[in-house]
Amino acid sequence: MTSQISPLVMDLKGLLCPMPVVKLAMAIKSIPVGETIEAYATDPGVMADIPAWCRTTGNELVTLEKLEKQFHLVVRRAK
Amino acid sequence: MVTAEFPLENTLTVQSNGKATKNKLSMVVFSGDMDKVMAALIIATGAAASGMEVTMFFTFWGFKAIQKSGGFTGKGLFGRMLGVMNRGGLDAIGPSRLNMGGMGRWMFKLMMKQKGASSLHDLYQMAVELGVKMMPCQMTMDVMEIDPKFFQDNVTPPVGVATFLEEATESKVTLFI
Repeated sequence: MTSQISPLVMDLKGLLCPMPVVKLAMAIKSIPVGETIEAYATDPGVMADIPAWCRTTGNELVTLEKLEKQFHLVVRRAK
Repeated sequence: MVTAEFPLENTLTVQSNGKATKNKLSMVVFSGDMDKVMAALIIATGAAASGMEVTMFFTFWGFKAIQKSGGFTGKGLFGRMLGVMNRGGLDAIGPSRLNMGGMGRWMFKLMMKQKGASSLHDLYQMAVELGVKMMPCQMTMDVMEIDPKFFQDNVTPPVGVATFLEEATESKVTLFI
């Protein structure tokens, strides 16, 4: 986790495939390159899909962790 | 002594199309079943969200997915019969199995809602927002007597197989659903 986290925190809780990835892809366009976006989700599919999406798009996966009842993720916009 | 019959560079040439392959997905949506249309829309939105250019080519029963709800298609007797038996629109389509005269559709919709899965309408809207290109097949429109006015506003003018093949040859991923 980096010290600088942009204030944008997304609530992806309750959403199922493909919405967490789609919403994240739409939101990341609104932040400048190099900034990060943080999100919380409940779909267990994000554990596989967010890293896959990052590999496809070239964005950097900063954090992906399973919390007690949700998943926490931070992605840095690469381009 | 063995001599090569063909120049080596010829034997290594595998690409017939000079176009560079784009980061693109081309899909034929042939099926008009709720579950298969759902799969098509999920893949399309996911691909668009992953930075791919996406083209969906709708033909035959797939038309139901791009038709507006309500309204009867058809001009002649058979065309009108087809319009009545084969209602279009995302609300009218049922799952490929266990539809049981609409019961299955109702049950699936309810279960999807309970689990928080996106409805077909949400997925379709998202695909439009993400710039997914949707093209209807001209030949099927003629055969089934379906006028372009029955299609959603984002649908492109009708195209033929050559247009789809042009899209497909420059795509990394092609699917038939």
